[in-house]
Amino acid sequence: MSLHIERLTCRIGRTEILPGVSGLHARPGELTALIGPNGAGKSTLLKAIAGIERAAGEATLDARPITALSLEARAERLYYLPQELGSQAVLSVFEAVLLARRTRVHEPLSAALAQVRDILQALELETLAERELAKLSGGQRQRVAIAQAVIREPRLLLLDEPTSALDLHHQLQVLDWLERLAAERDMIVVIAIHDLSLAARFARYFWVLKEGRTVACGGPTEVLTQACLRDVYAIEARVEWPPNEPPRITPLAATRRLGG
Amino acid sequence: MNRLPFASAVRSGPDDSVSRYLARRRRHRALIAITAIAMLAAFVADVATGPGQYPLGELLAALIAPDSASRILAVVVWEIRLPTALMALLVGISLALAGAEMQTILDNPLADPFTLGISSAASFGAALAIILGLGVVPLAGTLLVTANAFALAMLASLLIWGTSRLRGVTIQTMVLMGIAIMFFFNALLGLMQYLASTEALQQLVFWSLGSLARSSWETVGLSLLALLVTLPAFLVAGWRLTALRLGDLHAKAMGINVGRLRLRTMLCCSLLAATAVAFVGTIGFVGLVGPHIARLLVGEDQRVFLPMSALSGGLIMSLASILSKTLIPGILFPIGILTALIGLPFFVSLILRSRRGGWG
Repeated sequence: MSLHIERLTCRIGRTEILPGVSGLHARPGELTALIGPNGAGKSTLLKAIAGIERAAGEATLDARPITALSLEARAERLYYLPQELGSQAVLSVFEAVLLARRTRVHEPLSAALAQVRDILQALELETLAERELAKLSGGQRQRVAIAQAVIREPRLLLLDEPTSALDLHHQLQVLDWLERLAAERDMIVVIAIHDLSLAARFARYFWVLKEGRTVACGGPTEVLTQACLRDVYAIEARVEWPPNEPPRITPLAATRRLGG
Repeated sequence: MNRLPFASAVRSGPDDSVSRYLARRRRHRALIAITAIAMLAAFVADVATGPGQYPLGELLAALIAPDSASRILAVVVWEIRLPTALMALLVGISLALAGAEMQTILDNPLADPFTLGISSAASFGAALAIILGLGVVPLAGTLLVTANAFALAMLASLLIWGTSRLRGVTIQTMVLMGIAIMFFFNALLGLMQYLASTEALQQLVFWSLGSLARSSWETVGLSLLALLVTLPAFLVAGWRLTALRLGDLHAKAMGINVGRLRLRTMLCCSLLAATAVAFVGTIGFVGLVGPHIARLLVGEDQRVFLPMSALSGGLIMSLASILSKTLIPGILFPIGILTALIGLPFFVSLILRSRRGGWG
């Protein structure tokens, strides 16, 4: 039971963003990292899986095809957290998270309120519960968005750079929490991420994209090699897997201009 | 659904986020109740105000038991003051609701029937009837001006609505389309005024300034009908409309068919705005200020934002109606001028005083 992607293509207007993504799968209970340089098609791939961008090909969730499902039907099973968070809505943090719950789960209000309280505590947002979204910092807004995603209890969670605005403390806290959440809820979590050291530390499986195509997929030690990083990112990097310590991926130099 | 795992033990008590949220909701409901009472008080004052000076007790008696009142008083109350005051309320509510939902779906704090050209189109429709005697609705008879204004207002709304159906059109394009429509119909209106006779021009100017004098039980009934048709649609879509304020991508991620929601809501706004403008002429600022007051007081959760916008709109129009009768005793001042004159400084003070992060 997992997520499988085969021959997925997506074009926006006349531009083919994903010429062909194949051979990807993600298992429940662990984090899967989606990596690749800017413009590799990471966001488009996540949007295509979520049904926000139209795509052709095969995507199955728990052996059921999802590409033919409507946006509404997909939202019952999965949630896509966009990268853009620039909302000017005059809503409090509590209201925004409650909204995410109420548009997904039909339950008594008291049960929904308890869920919101729990998740705000977990993400250290409780003191900000009454603050308006527009008055939050980028990192705070990002944690609210993560709370909105998780409170919907999706089977598949697609997160588009969810830690890009977070400070170091919250990067570790959020990814650690997501890792435990995936294990406890047997949830499939795919995270598009640029910080490779962070990805190597938390993700058990990797999808590597370049120019809208699959370059590699596999475990961290299989994928995060000097050769792969040179090919995908055009960088020389030192990759270290010290025992009993987090992995370290240190970029040393750009080998050539991207696309050159 | 199981409880979500979380980092720390659940702390409950009077200071936790749920209690604070519930207190916030109670505060919002109290504000709505106060505004509703203020609106009803303004409505009663509106009925009590007029050229004939009658004691409030007699007016209320005529209102409750018209048969026991004198014939003149019964006619004044039931045929003139009550429909006019009700029309003020209904138009205020309709314009504020249309403005609130236009601002929501177009993600623009300046969107309302006035700024998006719907009022200009209605004025042009009225001008066609008044100056050229042309009807765009067959068999409109004595309702030619109203029918024309309604038809043109709907046409303008549908043009904005139709724009959104084109591929690749963003909400900014829809707003720009509305502004283009406003300039287009204003230009046509200017042309009509240039060609008009002095008498027709005076009639058109009076229509354009907005007036409740044309109110009757028929216009009240039709305005109420427009509200009864559209309000359930807004209420049913409450959560989805609130989600739309988080941005299209977030709303889509929540499984909301954003395009369909936007189209349906725009259609409802068009009906409300066209009905209001057709019966009372151009009324500015109510559709803009009503939602802004609501946003400042209760935020944008549609469960409270929608009733607060409607009540604020109704209150403003009732107050403007009272002022239109009392400003110069014996003369009914055009209400459209008053809403703009009251609305503008009020609006400016609101935006300057609040200076919050959002639209407020």
